[in-house]
Amino acid sequence: METSEKNSVAGANGHDANGDSKRDESPEETNDARDAVVVHNLKKRFGRQQVLDGVDLEVPPKSITCIVGPSGGGKTVLLKHLNLLLRADSGTIVIDGIDITRLRRRALNQVREKLGMMFQAGALFDSMSVFNNVAFPLVEKTRLSEDEIETRVKETLKSVGLEGIAEKFPSELSGGMQKRVALARALIHRPKILMLDEPTTGLDPARTGAIHRLIRETQQQSGLTVIMVSHDVPAVFEICDRVGFIHQGKMKLYGSPKEVTSAHDETFDSFLAGKAAGDGSERHAN
Amino acid sequence: MALTDLIVDFGEFILDGIDALGKFILFLLNALWYAVVPPYKPRLTIRQIRIIGAESFFLIVLVSAFTGMVLGLQGYNSLRRFGSEGVLGTLVALTLVRELGPVLAALMIAARAGSAMAAELGSMQSTEQIDALTVMAINPVQYLVSPRVLAGIFSFPILTAIFDVIGIWGGYVVGVDLLHAPGSSYMSGIAYNMTSRDIMTGIYKSLVFGVVVIWVCCYKGYNAQRMATGVSRATTEAVVLSSVLILAFDYFLGAVML
Repeated sequence: METSEKNSVAGANGHDANGDSKRDESPEETNDARDAVVVHNLKKRFGRQQVLDGVDLEVPPKSITCIVGPSGGGKTVLLKHLNLLLRADSGTIVIDGIDITRLRRRALNQVREKLGMMFQAGALFDSMSVFNNVAFPLVEKTRLSEDEIETRVKETLKSVGLEGIAEKFPSELSGGMQKRVALARALIHRPKILMLDEPTTGLDPARTGAIHRLIRETQQQSGLTVIMVSHDVPAVFEICDRVGFIHQGKMKLYGSPKEVTSAHDETFDSFLAGKAAGDGSERHAN
Repeated sequence: MALTDLIVDFGEFILDGIDALGKFILFLLNALWYAVVPPYKPRLTIRQIRIIGAESFFLIVLVSAFTGMVLGLQGYNSLRRFGSEGVLGTLVALTLVRELGPVLAALMIAARAGSAMAAELGSMQSTEQIDALTVMAINPVQYLVSPRVLAGIFSFPILTAIFDVIGIWGGYVVGVDLLHAPGSSYMSGIAYNMTSRDIMTGIYKSLVFGVVVIWVCCYKGYNAQRMATGVSRATTEAVVLSSVLILAFDYFLGAVML
């Protein structure tokens, strides 16, 4: 384990997010019921680049955890491991008590059904209307009747502040509306864990704030666990319960927004101040 | 050192080639496997039959008519030198049914539907729509590729048959109606000289070409690089590679089925 190398708020305090010292335990011994997601010593290499270099993360259930860090630091790669798009070279990922790193395709799909994912650019199907985009997971993965699906889609669109646009196509919507449709699609099958990849990229400050509030409201109403990758620092700290700062493939800081911002970590402070790292941190395109 | 580097580079080149070929073949085997195991996607298959088949119909009619007319014109002028205008129908029909019908139909479909397919899948790849399917626990190969392969297997032979019929008619219009070759021998020559083996040769070829075109175009689009030129490069490579493979497979199939 490489926890000694990590300048973690949790590590510095000797406690993790839940006040327990778990990082030295093996994944099998981890009390997974307490954490929605547990990542342990995760490593990933692309060619000669070590993109993730022993990442540890413990995400408490029914909370919002935000992963921040400079571009190329490994945020999106970490998220792609959590939503099972990439396989780790080593380390473990436990989602809702299930170690997914050793699962085969069918079992992985069962875990995937617990997850909702909103991609950076929405990843809406441009050949489908908004209604069909949002209904898609239900149509493909459930046996709900057409009426039930229609009711659920209308409810979900309403919950994200979108009504009367069901027949429009993604290309007819603004960037903010596309993000909301993508959020509705990610929520439609009532996942336990919602993952958001830079949900406010490309939006103006007003719309960014609106999306942040929407995420917080949705999380509170649904009791979701939210894991979000974001560049919107420090604005995003307002809605986060936990913040992880990932840099050069390592989770350098992890804790509450207050803990992280008061940690006086030079790299993090430079990142917050908007200074270029200049230290070769952009090692892999996100 | 330089020699060692050269050997290492050559080794990497060979290994990369084997890796790419393996992925290419596994992609097809996956698509064929998921075409026959549930959940089936009949609606998507029918939609693809419309896109690959029905929407290529007029292009096929146009190209086949002109191909038949060229064959009628050139065939008549060549055969007249030997006083053999009576076998014009046989010449046109056998040329079309055994060779030009399957090959030209496949090339036309690759250019029209194959390029669009590669561009669509490439665009879906670059905008993370394929990742979105995966995250939703939907197998992207089964959802996107298998219906297209089935549609190709269904559409190519039909379009080839249409190509053959229209081509033979085009040859008749030019050879018989315009150049006054004997009309009765045009049709009777076809009926007398063409065997079911000739027809099946064309059908088998079109089936193989259908799989090859859809396989190549889907593979290139599905694996398009996520960059500005990724989709255009995938589309170009899809059309070029499928065209080359059509001609290569045509030779080998022709040699086997002679």
